[in-house]
Amino acid sequence: MATGLMSGKRGLIMGLANDKSIAWGIACALAEAGAELAFSYQGEALKKRVDPLAAQLGSDFVTECDVSDEASLDGLFATLQERWGKIDFAVHAIGFSDKNELRGRYVDTSAENFRTTMDISVYSFTAVAQRAAAMMPDGGALLTLTYYGAERVMPHYNVMGVAKAALEASVRYLAEDLGKDGIRVNAISAGPIKTLAASGIGDFRYIMRWNEYNSPLRRNVSIDDVGGSALYLLSDLGAGVTGEVHHVDAGYHIVGMKAVDAPDIARG
Amino acid sequence: MSDVTARVRKIVVEHLGVEEANVVESASFIDDLGADSLDTVELVMAFEEEFGIEIPDDSAENIQTFGDAVEFIAGATAAS
Repeated sequence: MATGLMSGKRGLIMGLANDKSIAWGIACALAEAGAELAFSYQGEALKKRVDPLAAQLGSDFVTECDVSDEASLDGLFATLQERWGKIDFAVHAIGFSDKNELRGRYVDTSAENFRTTMDISVYSFTAVAQRAAAMMPDGGALLTLTYYGAERVMPHYNVMGVAKAALEASVRYLAEDLGKDGIRVNAISAGPIKTLAASGIGDFRYIMRWNEYNSPLRRNVSIDDVGGSALYLLSDLGAGVTGEVHHVDAGYHIVGMKAVDAPDIARG
Repeated sequence: MSDVTARVRKIVVEHLGVEEANVVESASFIDDLGADSLDTVELVMAFEEEFGIEIPDDSAENIQTFGDAVEFIAGATAAS
């Protein structure tokens, strides 16, 4: 890949869980292009997974952060400030909803889970943007992850679809607010990828097969596919791009109906 | 069956970093082999990948021990 594209650039990756994570595909692409990375995790169970992955990319900069806690976010950025002074980019790969509400009907969503889902999956990106922008005196780039369920109804995505719609809207507002300071804000709308988080979504295998049979490229996307597009958006290659929701979904979002050559699939 | 047992054992040993001798039929992933809740999800994903099978959520919840995993996978691979 494009070696040197990110040389001299430093940034934060939030939401890495394991080597199946979309954040891992992005981190690898950035590191390969020369970026220096810091990672944040939530809780000990994730720390033991993130530490060795960070080490694999030559980073020992791994800090705990609970994005639902403003003091914890302040702490993370204070640590970044202390060690690096400024940053060039931040990747937000964080979302949460009670998995019991990622099946069945959206209309049954509870008020409590609605609020938690919005807080962690939407507001946290704005909270990160506030703090990251303050550390980007020379401009920079922010990236978050979304899904087509924000634009169209997808089975079981439910409250997360509503949250992703709000997240995509916040990308546009943040892009306007921060654009004057040379800070770009974009989202990648990735096709379904079998990650730890995706294991909480009902009928996920069915959704993946449907995408594979019906997307223009007739395949699913990989975390490396997302990594390549993230590198473009976070590097100077994407210097003229902001406020964008970029689909990395093998083209699925342009499709209007089932492909005639797509086999029927059992729900299984 | 023995081939399945060996392949499942290899995944468990590598993923959890445990001694092969401890991965016995009755060994509980969480209670005996030190797995956390994320490990159990990751193990199921690793089994699915290795054997090209699908382990539905309700079945995954019942896979508590090494023996449970071998039994389910042997059944699933025999059926396909």
